[in-house]
Amino acid sequence: MSEPATVYIKPSKGLSSLNLRDLWVYRELIFFMVWRDIKVKYKQTLLGMAWAVIQPVMTMLVFTFLFDKVAKLPTDNIPYPIFSFTALLPWGLFVTALNQGSRSLVAHNNMVTKIYFPRLILPMSSVFAGLVDFVIAFVILVLLMIYYRFVPAWNLVWTLPLFLLLAIITALGVALWLSAINVQYRDVNQALPFLTQFWLFATPVAYSASVISAKWQILYSLNPMAGVVNGFRWALLGTGNGPDLTLWVSVAISILIFISGLFYFRSMEKTFADTI
Amino acid sequence: MTTAISVKNIGKQYKIGAAETKFRYNMLRDVIVDTVTAPVRIAKAIIGKSDHRLNQNYVWALKDVSFDLEEGKVLGIVGKNGAGKSTLLKILSRVTEPTTGTVTVRGRVGSLLEVGTGFHPELSGRENIFMNGAILGMRRAEIDSKFDEIVDFSEVGQFIDTPVKRYSSGMYLRLAFAVAAHLEPEILVVDEVLAVGDAEFQKKCLGKMNDVAQQGRTVLFVSHNMSAILRLTQEAIVLQKGQMIMRAPTQEAVDYYLSSGQSQAGEKIWDAESISQIKGEFTPISLKVKERSGKIVDTIRSTEPVTLEFEYQLNTSITGLRVGLYISTMRGEYIFTSFDTDDASLYEKFDTRSAGRYVSRAEIPADIFNEGRYMVGVNASSFGVKRYFMDENALAFSVDISGAPGTQWGEPRVGPVRPRLNWKIEKISD
Repeated sequence: MSEPATVYIKPSKGLSSLNLRDLWVYRELIFFMVWRDIKVKYKQTLLGMAWAVIQPVMTMLVFTFLFDKVAKLPTDNIPYPIFSFTALLPWGLFVTALNQGSRSLVAHNNMVTKIYFPRLILPMSSVFAGLVDFVIAFVILVLLMIYYRFVPAWNLVWTLPLFLLLAIITALGVALWLSAINVQYRDVNQALPFLTQFWLFATPVAYSASVISAKWQILYSLNPMAGVVNGFRWALLGTGNGPDLTLWVSVAISILIFISGLFYFRSMEKTFADTI
Repeated sequence: MTTAISVKNIGKQYKIGAAETKFRYNMLRDVIVDTVTAPVRIAKAIIGKSDHRLNQNYVWALKDVSFDLEEGKVLGIVGKNGAGKSTLLKILSRVTEPTTGTVTVRGRVGSLLEVGTGFHPELSGRENIFMNGAILGMRRAEIDSKFDEIVDFSEVGQFIDTPVKRYSSGMYLRLAFAVAAHLEPEILVVDEVLAVGDAEFQKKCLGKMNDVAQQGRTVLFVSHNMSAILRLTQEAIVLQKGQMIMRAPTQEAVDYYLSSGQSQAGEKIWDAESISQIKGEFTPISLKVKERSGKIVDTIRSTEPVTLEFEYQLNTSITGLRVGLYISTMRGEYIFTSFDTDDASLYEKFDTRSAGRYVSRAEIPADIFNEGRYMVGVNASSFGVKRYFMDENALAFSVDISGAPGTQWGEPRVGPVRPRLNWKIEKISD
């Protein structure tokens, strides 16, 4: 048997270190939590994994009817189903992360109060579990593009992963903040449905960001999801301006939320077991 | 010998919430003011500058506890509910942080604080073994190599691919314990797990703990079961109101705990707090040890009969109820078990007991016990149906043997019983 590692337990003071070493030691747990979430998600449902297809497709159909057929919103000459579905991909990932991630600590309170593991694993695995739905929805988008004979630009090979990373960072950042606050203030649970809805309308999912007048663009880009969605449309459909000032504002906000979320989470972590 | 655990001046302070100002909603005006100022309050709360803090009281769940434990030693921890036992274990297993002090732990701490943590009802036994193993900090390869052993130990066998929500509670617990027991940490922390499962399985668990101890690993064992503590540990610490008041060889520590704690004066009264977890049909009230005159005593004379009186309340009528006494030595060896409806006529007469308050009274004849201290456990159950109540360590009493057979020699006699046998001496030849 190898020499056992020595652990020092003492009250942590101030901004504690991120303790990424422990996160690495427990990396397999992240894998297992994601695997479990996926396995359990559609258990005892009649339609099973089909739900991962039905949910975004139904939303897309409703949007198409409301915003294309009734309101006739401009879509930069892209067929509306592809136009909205491209935005629904990152949006779906974000909503899953927002809802599952924010509730992750409270939902697993028996784990939190009984055993030690890096608590970061819980919101992280909630966000990663959403990636499976993302991949399934992505297949639908490819089918839609084939149906409408739409050929995307080749450079999405490297731009799309970058915007996906931005979506994950944004989602994780918000999940870190809300999950930690939720431990002490369950107000988060109450606010989530309203927050999700509000955020959807503040993000160019159903409509094009070009309908916002130029002088409000910077303010609008303070919503990091606006940057993510515009980026997805630019990478996949070639609409919009590509990386410009508004995108960098969104990126900066995303990173700010993520980093501050990490530190806030870590500083609250020591009280989770006592207050949850 | 190296030190496995070194605890220095550990303290843990908890907030006990005093009435928070936000619950004084009795006027619409307050509600409106409160709503308007909410953003400020939320912001303050999030950055940790909450003004509620002023209204909060603090309590030390653990204060100034220090001890070292050498590698390979088994340490028992005894103390009443709320003495800080669980808090200590939680700090050692890093679930919660201490407020003051430091702990140095050499090796992986495996906690049996709560077996089955992270079990998901929808997953099969097999999947839960891997999941639970990962939560407890096992590597995948490690789980793979121990998988068969875990399944064997848990006795769930053919149901290994069935979702655990279809398991009986016994199977569920066995599987959960099996995973935890195969974690093989350098330091094992056990809290009350022996209360689960049937007798057969409990025996197995105790065996497993013995194995662990014999393999030279360090064990911290918390239990209210004094006989288990005595069997499994050589040394114990006694916690009282968050402070460590004694560290001694187990026998001494247990004796001290029993004589200083609730098990005093030949009488045990279950207060509302200690029975809060038992709801429903059966409520224990008191257990008394009485001498012939009716006086409640802590020390009985072995030469006189003694009466054990168990008072309880039935909140509904119960069929087939039997109330039993378990008498054991402090080492946990049973001396005898007896039920109030053992007698055939009483068994028929009290086939069904209606709701109400009862006393079950047993007279133990003289000349049964040897010198020493004995434990009385009580149990109320319907055979094969349900156990309503059980307290294995309800009460302890001492036995004074003056006048007992053989005391003219002043030497201790071995064995827990000291019967007055009907000796005859015959001379059969010259």
